[in-house]
Amino acid sequence: MSDTVIRVENLGKRYHIGTAVAAYQTLRETLGGSFQKVKEKKTLSDTGDNYIWALRDLNFEVKQGQVLGIIGRNGAGKSTLLKILSRVTYPTEGIAEIQGRVGSLLEVGTGFHPELTGRENIFLNGAILGMKRTEIEKKFDEIVEFSEVEKFIDTPVKRYSSGMYLRLAFAVAAHLEPEILVVDEVLAVGDAEFQRKCLGKMSNVAQQGRTVLFVSHNMSAVLRLTQESLVIEKGRLALRAPTAEAVDYYLSRGYSLEGQRIWQPDEIPEDAAPFQPVSLKVLNTAGIIVDTVRSIEPAIVEMEYMLHAPVTGLRVGMYLISSRGEFVFTSFDTDDPGLFEKFSTRQPGRYISRCVIPADTLNEGRYIIGINASSYKIKRYFQDEQALTFNVDAAGAPGMQWPEPRLGSYRPRLDWEIKRV
Amino acid sequence: MGDLWRYRELIYFMTWRDVKVRYKQTLLGASWAILRPFLTMVVFSIFFGNLAKVPSDGIPYPIYTFTALLPWELFATALSQASRSLVQNTNMVTKIYFPRMILPISSILAGVVDFLVAFLVLIGMMIFYKITPTVYIWTLPLYLLLTLVTALGVGLWLSALNVLYRDINYITPFLTQFWLYITPIAYPVSMIPEKWRLIYALNPMSGVVDGFRWALLGNQQSAPGPMLIVSSVIAVVVLISGLFYFRRMERQFADMV
Repeated sequence: MSDTVIRVENLGKRYHIGTAVAAYQTLRETLGGSFQKVKEKKTLSDTGDNYIWALRDLNFEVKQGQVLGIIGRNGAGKSTLLKILSRVTYPTEGIAEIQGRVGSLLEVGTGFHPELTGRENIFLNGAILGMKRTEIEKKFDEIVEFSEVEKFIDTPVKRYSSGMYLRLAFAVAAHLEPEILVVDEVLAVGDAEFQRKCLGKMSNVAQQGRTVLFVSHNMSAVLRLTQESLVIEKGRLALRAPTAEAVDYYLSRGYSLEGQRIWQPDEIPEDAAPFQPVSLKVLNTAGIIVDTVRSIEPAIVEMEYMLHAPVTGLRVGMYLISSRGEFVFTSFDTDDPGLFEKFSTRQPGRYISRCVIPADTLNEGRYIIGINASSYKIKRYFQDEQALTFNVDAAGAPGMQWPEPRLGSYRPRLDWEIKRV
Repeated sequence: MGDLWRYRELIYFMTWRDVKVRYKQTLLGASWAILRPFLTMVVFSIFFGNLAKVPSDGIPYPIYTFTALLPWELFATALSQASRSLVQNTNMVTKIYFPRMILPISSILAGVVDFLVAFLVLIGMMIFYKITPTVYIWTLPLYLLLTLVTALGVGLWLSALNVLYRDINYITPFLTQFWLYITPIAYPVSMIPEKWRLIYALNPMSGVVDGFRWALLGNQQSAPGPMLIVSSVIAVVVLISGLFYFRRMERQFADMV
């Protein structure tokens, strides 16, 4: 079919485990590597122990003008897929056929040089992204205006604030006009106003009939920008469906083990030490682990963890995120100054931090709990933005006489007064 | 290769970036382009010219060695920059598609600007020593080209190897130093016995340096014939093999770097 612009067939990408070791082998290892060693390596690779498949058996097509979302957990293989599609890396097996110029926003600001001015970097970065000089000249004013850094355009970017830097970088990338635009997680950039601008820019691109592949953890952005999405799980295509369905599938998948999440040692990054998450539970008032809590009853969130060394200034807390990806609130166990003083240094041991979400707080729907353990401005020990999901059932909540979905994540029981005046 | 042509503007911008950035935040700025060959010349003149009395075909030793140091500096800088080009731009290589060859190419081209600046000093010295260039001065661009071809050939090998083996970072300075001794910079080609000359010419830079002196200083009667041919052939062989090796390794760069 002529209007198919991306065709992926049996795509697979294999990496060495511990690439660092494999990549930085020294000449001596190769030249002088004993026969024994070579043999050893061979047997390892034969059994497949030495490799990991980041992507496997992937098949899909994208038609001209389609805006396709790609969602999946960290490490599912989304980025590898985008890298293959933008020709940065090559597949180990299978085919990825792409027609037309691919513009990738894999990471904005790539190739920016700190010593060069904003103006110079616009030209350099534009060229790196594949723009012609005349094209950049034509769009220069537009780019500068979009980035909101007019005043500093002739200042070396190393003097920019990080926000300015990112805005400028995104502005260049956003003015690329490729046939296929690949976007990965750029919306984490800048303040809310700038994010809105970026989303607007991207839906413009989509409306012009160009193909967009959009990867994001921001479910509401995915829902807004795309009609159809791929869900990738452990390197394989789990589902291709209309975005609403795909998001629902993604959110309901894997995280909740009936209201609790237990961390296996291999799920914990090494740099989390001395913090070690053990489990996260959602309990009802009777103290039973549940995956659905009632809106009209308090719910208990309980985080259990170990500390293997004394930690100063630790705060363990949660993000509550709606199924549309919006933050409902953030709360830490040492928010209260008294508790913060009392636990200024936590000794090694096993801890439980628990809190109660009061009754009549949450609207019906699915929620995600994210976990963060950090010492302010010192270190973020551990973060999992999708630690656990749970449902809220609104039975008995205010306004249930009207069986319609209510907007918003908050469903308070407010004291209304009605007076005739 | 067609890709390279489509991305020719990027070659220009990357070269321009390397030129602009090279002397940023240095006290002496672009004068380094002059100082490096100039100071080397001073040292060589004192130790090889005055103390060791190395012959220089009847030409004043300082200008004799400086003429050779110009293409040599270009070559040596190109090698060290090119060998590091892929590794230094890791974030570009792992995130954006573009013909990877642009990195070593532009890092080599950036050195040409330094070369031109230093060339002005050479002109000044020629006026000072009252040396008129020979009528063969038009052949200079050819020697310059030969320098670049050699630098690119070796640079492609080193940059691609450096992605896999960081040993290259340590090998390159040593290689450059060794190479300096087998190139007629501090001494004349005429010191090499006649029968060894063709073997000596296997080093393309000896052809370049010999040609430079011949075209500018007129230190010998006959044009550098057989030596130059051997040097050129070797340079082209290195370039072609470098191209092939680079192309073969290119697919793995993003995963390995």
